[in-house]
Amino acid sequence: MPNSLFEEKLCSDKFLVTTEIGPPKGADTSEMVHHIDLLKDVVDAINVTDNQSSVMRYPSLGGCLFIKERGGEPIFQMTCRDRNRLALEADLLLAHSRGIANVLCLTGDCVDVGDHKEAKPVFDLDSIQLLEMIKTLESGIDMGGNDLKGAPKFCMGASVHPEADFIEPQLIKFDKKVTAGAQFFQTQGIFDLGSLKRFMQYASQFNVKILAGIIVMASAGMARYMNNNVPGIIVPQAIMDELATAEKGKGLLKGVEIAARFIKTIKEENLCHGVHIMAVGNEGVVPDILEAADMVGVST
Amino acid sequence: MIVAQEKPLDEIRRMMDRYERVLLLGCGTCMTVCGAGGEREVSYLHEALRVAQARGGNGTHTFSEYTVKRQCDPEFVELLVDRVGDVDAVLSLGCGIGVQAIAERFPDIPVLPGVNTSFMGMSKEQGVWDERCAACGDCRLEQTAGICPITRCTKGILNGPCAGTKNGKCEANKDMDCAWVLIYQRLERQGQLEKMRRYYPPRNFRTIARPKRIVSKANIDAGGDDA
Ligand code: SF4
Ligand code: SF4
Repeated sequence: MPNSLFEEKLCSDKFLVTTEIGPPKGADTSEMVHHIDLLKDVVDAINVTDNQSSVMRYPSLGGCLFIKERGGEPIFQMTCRDRNRLALEADLLLAHSRGIANVLCLTGDCVDVGDHKEAKPVFDLDSIQLLEMIKTLESGIDMGGNDLKGAPKFCMGASVHPEADFIEPQLIKFDKKVTAGAQFFQTQGIFDLGSLKRFMQYASQFNVKILAGIIVMASAGMARYMNNNVPGIIVPQAIMDELATAEKGKGLLKGVEIAARFIKTIKEENLCHGVHIMAVGNEGVVPDILEAADMVGVST
Repeated sequence: MIVAQEKPLDEIRRMMDRYERVLLLGCGTCMTVCGAGGEREVSYLHEALRVAQARGGNGTHTFSEYTVKRQCDPEFVELLVDRVGDVDAVLSLGCGIGVQAIAERFPDIPVLPGVNTSFMGMSKEQGVWDERCAACGDCRLEQTAGICPITRCTKGILNGPCAGTKNGKCEANKDMDCAWVLIYQRLERQGQLEKMRRYYPPRNFRTIARPKRIVSKANIDAGGDDA
């Protein structure tokens, strides 16, 4: 019995499309809700980021509750940076009780890259230990070895970085995540389909679904900024040059075009099992990307 | 060894504002080696305080200076009885342990910290110190090819690198090596990558419940209850 609608789709041959929403910096949720309504019927599931890049925001769990309320399929992103094992376990119980059944298990960025640089980094667990912890909860006990009154069930995901400049240790980590029970992977941003192909040659031996991460660039400046400031990301020169050809103020349109082209190729050439679109602040363009990639109505 | 940095002069002057006679107390071991609070630093500080006082400002003080071999050792602390008896406060340039050892021995005398105790580390080159151990109480250096993931990885994670590593450096600091890249490379060179493929469960923070106490085996055998 699948734990969620998304897990049911993972078990099918469907080309999957997920996306993500960055919650607001503040208590005004109107824009986030607007984006949820815009996206919930055009993708298979929506992630809500968890204080992404260590920038404090409205919580992932809160965003997931909105998605659930409005009839969408949420993926609860959970990082280990801000909560110890008690808090992580408790939030998972809450998520399960409210019908949030998909969890993306991440270690989380370091505090130093964010906007609360003096905060205490927690990292009581790492992403792999978080996956193992969820299995423990599912077995009816908590990490302290105590019986639970009602065990939760989840569909578990994790991330992987096929474009890391030193791939071997990342592949070891990927193996460990698979062993720990990750059923699906959303990759870090893919900018070179060659690296995705190489990674899939390796990953296809495992029975897990791989969704290629597609970052929607809004300008060449944004690409440069990401190269310098976003952990792990390497945007190649060719993409920067292409973004630079956009007329002033039309960078995002170019970004949409590039993202759509990547998605179309990935789908047509059957490179992996789906895509995860990260529009970083421009969530509203996701339907345009899907339309440009000839993928309207994917979630049906 | 323990590594510390001298506190800013202004902060030191504020702390000692209300005390007239102050003993500037150095430590002859770690603080001497790391150059934060040995005999030489005590005399520099003494001079700096005198100059600052001469320029005017907050009150007049009489300073005395002395450096004890180890402030964390009761045997040496005992030798301070006469000197401490003569002052209104002690400014200890020992590490945080030294400051407290002095405070515990002399309950009536205010003891002020003169350094910021920073970490346990080693000397990399002249004047450069690097943290290497957080005293986690459960040393895993065998599993990680002699490279400490607790101190050298910003996140202290145990199961391999995060996705933030770039050019072999850490996502937190482009000048700092990623500990897990170093661990991978060393395990590979030694033909022991299977150690990285293993799953390591979450740390047991009970092994470092604070404050820790270690009672030596010899002491237990002799029936003593603490050191
Ligand atoms: S694992 Fe690291 S922090 Fe722990 S005892 Fe060993 S060197 Fe020290
Ligand atoms: S980049 Fe390396 S050292 Fe830095 S947090 Fe990630 S794994 Fe740890």
